[in-house]
Amino acid sequence: MKNFQRNLNQNNRPSSRVTAMMEIASLPNTNPMQMLAKMFSIFRMPNFQLLSGFLTALLCAVVFHIEAQNQKGKYGTFALTHSTVETVTKGTITDGTVVISNGKIVSVGTNVTIPQGAEVIDCKGQFIYPGMIDGGTNLGLSEVGSDPRTQDFNELGDVDPQMKALTAVNPNAVAIPVTRVSGVTTALTSPSGGIFSGTAALINLHGYTPEQMFAGFEGVVMNYPSGGRRGFFDHRTDEEIKKATEKSLKTLNEVWERAVQYYKVDSATKGKNAGYYPEMQALLPVVKGDMMLLIEVNKAKDITATLKWVKERKISKVALTGVAEGWRVADQLAKAKIPVITGGVLELPTREYDRYDQSYANPGLLKKAGVKVAIRTMEKGNQNFRNLPYHAGFAVAYGMDKADALKAITIVPAEIFGVADKLGSIEVGKSGTLFVCDGDPFETKTQIKQVFIDGWQIPMSSRQTLLYDEFLKREPGLSKK
Amino acid sequence: MKKIISIRLTKIITVIASIVRACARWREAIFWLEIASSCPPFLAGTRDDVKVFLRNSILPIFILFLFSFQLIAQDKGSLLIKNGTVLTVTQGTLTETDVLVKDGKIAQIGKNIAAPKDARVIEASGLFVMPGIIDAHSHIALDGINEATSPVTAEVNEGDVINPLQISIYRALGGGVTAVHAMHGSANAIGGQCETLKLRYGTFDNDALKMEGAPRTIKLALGENPTRVHGGGNNIVPRTRMGVEFVIRNAFSEAKKYTEDWDTYNKNKLTKGFRGAPPAYNLRLETLGEILKGNIIVHCHSYRADEIFMLLKVCKDFGIKRLVFQHVNEGFKVAPELAAYGAMASVFSDWWAYKFEVYYSTAYNAAILTKNGVTTSINSDDAEMMRHLYHEAGKTQKYGSLSDDEALALITINPAKQLGIDSRTGSLEKGKDADIAIFKNHPLSIYGVPQYTIVDGIVRFDRAHDPADMRLMVDPKQNLDDTMVQEKNVDHCMDGTEFLFGDLFGTDNK
Repeated sequence: MKNFQRNLNQNNRPSSRVTAMMEIASLPNTNPMQMLAKMFSIFRMPNFQLLSGFLTALLCAVVFHIEAQNQKGKYGTFALTHSTVETVTKGTITDGTVVISNGKIVSVGTNVTIPQGAEVIDCKGQFIYPGMIDGGTNLGLSEVGSDPRTQDFNELGDVDPQMKALTAVNPNAVAIPVTRVSGVTTALTSPSGGIFSGTAALINLHGYTPEQMFAGFEGVVMNYPSGGRRGFFDHRTDEEIKKATEKSLKTLNEVWERAVQYYKVDSATKGKNAGYYPEMQALLPVVKGDMMLLIEVNKAKDITATLKWVKERKISKVALTGVAEGWRVADQLAKAKIPVITGGVLELPTREYDRYDQSYANPGLLKKAGVKVAIRTMEKGNQNFRNLPYHAGFAVAYGMDKADALKAITIVPAEIFGVADKLGSIEVGKSGTLFVCDGDPFETKTQIKQVFIDGWQIPMSSRQTLLYDEFLKREPGLSKK
Repeated sequence: MKKIISIRLTKIITVIASIVRACARWREAIFWLEIASSCPPFLAGTRDDVKVFLRNSILPIFILFLFSFQLIAQDKGSLLIKNGTVLTVTQGTLTETDVLVKDGKIAQIGKNIAAPKDARVIEASGLFVMPGIIDAHSHIALDGINEATSPVTAEVNEGDVINPLQISIYRALGGGVTAVHAMHGSANAIGGQCETLKLRYGTFDNDALKMEGAPRTIKLALGENPTRVHGGGNNIVPRTRMGVEFVIRNAFSEAKKYTEDWDTYNKNKLTKGFRGAPPAYNLRLETLGEILKGNIIVHCHSYRADEIFMLLKVCKDFGIKRLVFQHVNEGFKVAPELAAYGAMASVFSDWWAYKFEVYYSTAYNAAILTKNGVTTSINSDDAEMMRHLYHEAGKTQKYGSLSDDEALALITINPAKQLGIDSRTGSLEKGKDADIAIFKNHPLSIYGVPQYTIVDGIVRFDRAHDPADMRLMVDPKQNLDDTMVQEKNVDHCMDGTEFLFGDLFGTDNK
């Protein structure tokens, strides 16, 4: 600032005034109002060239101001016009309009009155889809895969239902904007590990506190004790795996029995004398049937055992997750009428002798058997939940019906999570959570043009796009001069 | 009783197998016998079952056995691919065009080519014919990845541990891949030599997978992996990126001295009356010397811009010109420097966040590098991602709007250049090897599905006709119920170093 004053006093030539104004504009962390005030102080100096100089400087100020900080979301009334609307639940509307106001979709159709003051966004040649929902993430719970200090999804202990994902979600995780600019607007963020990993939460990918992000669903995550190997690095013998599985199963059953006992005491005493027991208190709504139990299970035998386990305990609200070998027992799953959140689809077959494309075909085979199927990514290691449409696309390439695959990442997960009144389709009264794109969202050529979450227009930038903007034509280039 | 029968029969078959092994030139023949010996009736059947089985299957097995000789003896195939949309990658796209393959080479590309007598004809109308996909960074078909015992292990060679039986080879064919760069891991600043393989799945001969005549390559590694293995795990230099530079400079300096000593000796020994002894032979320094002479292409695992720039300077100082950076997530930050040096880059399409040195990544990396003039490829480093490199290349159209040919080049001609095999593979041109992938729907479309994968003119993958179980070798003792649900995106470059890090891979294991 002092330099600038000195400049101003020493050089009273018009060209240097312009330079001076440019300097003001480029000063970091300057309030735009202060900036304007300074500019007007220059304006008082008599000169004919001032006006053009001022305009240039003002333009620069605007540009610099935008670059100086991340863009913000925008709330209001938006009319997205002349678009093909894929409602998911009510067919396709051509040359349609969707109006979002006060966070909600207020009208959808071809004959829509645009409210006064609405920001009209011409979407000619483009498509509107409901925001995609990924039922397999740890968004906000992990920042850097190899650094334990940035990982908050795996608490110590085998029985942790009271550990709540929502409390540890970092609304400013870098992966959140990276994910949402690809049209994935909503995600189940899950703890993992142990037998009861914790309580997962459905979040919308916009907001500055976990509460602002919360999308209305929580469920307890359970891992059915598995006889499978965890990966190439799992060098346990068959015997060791068997022993570990039996031990976990014993613990699981004991915990569940205790939860049932706790429920009995709790209902007998009308919730007064059951005592402080956080694990049991967390399981209580599951036993009651008020909260969903999300059971991670992949191996065919384990799936069969899980279905039996659930049936014997009469657990009413259940979804199975993973279900990599679901195709082996698809009829049993269909018969049990338990919904499935399967994936990632882009995975290797679970057995060496399975057909090479078995994991790609799994969602389609489940659907064909009559199972309610949602698709998830589970790309936790590299935080690539943005690939959700491609997991669905591969399911289509290897046999799933395209409309079913679209449902599997929109309305079906919304129904499973009990939030279909707000999310999962383009319908009047639902949340303004959608995206606009220029083609089939499963195709990699397609660009996502606009994203709205809870009625907020989301800035179409993330750290990855900012790096592109900065480095496509780097300055300085090879030489600093 | 059952057991005894099965053991006896197994023994008899093993004896026959060993006779065949001794007589036959083709080791593959044993495969059929070994399959037979593991057939269920032998293991679990009653005496009657076995009799019935023998009566019913001896003849077919014998015929199959003869047939297998005929099939496998044919190393180079001939066929005609009719009426496809031919994506040559280097010479544009040709519609309704035929590709004629003779003895493993592309003999002609054009319209209405007459089918030669006895050649298989593949009707490809409505299908897309593209060059076989090349993965410049893989760890499949190998029995060892990391010789993590020293920061410099240039003497070891992946060519010595090729495993042609891995099912991942067939699965890669199912993704249109015909050649891979089978690499050493990234535990060491200077790792082992790598091997360029052709996916000739079906052979039992380790050496038959090697792409004959492909240039030698070696793995170098910068950043977190060598520093955590050696500085962290073994308590020796390098623990920092400074240390990594020192280790590499030190090794090249020793190699330079070693080469000079040999040159001096070789020159002097010709002079009359010379009585000196030759320098001690050292395979490690010998190999490093070959890098300095330009006979081995350097493939360097790297992430951060500073370390990439460091290696450029090191290579400049030692006169190393053939240089490819692997992963190179922050390559986009030093794209002008890479282009000016002529160094190439082999990247992930969108992997990031799995460790700190990839935190500042962008999926636009491949596009920025390409648009700055760096020869760029997209690799997998992963047996699953390898199966859809065409899809990974397609992502550059979302992240940076590359053209179809630019995107396809990332998985064909560009990796071929990086491996020094572009005169033979990487595009559909007359005279090149007949390594071809045939797709239903455009390969850059999400709906693209490989139908045939052809290596040296031999169809190694045929989606419509291959059985589900494509293992070459069945372990009769294997637990049929053994499953593996992979935690995705673990760093395969560190395979074999688990002993140093209890929790390296097991973020989910309590």
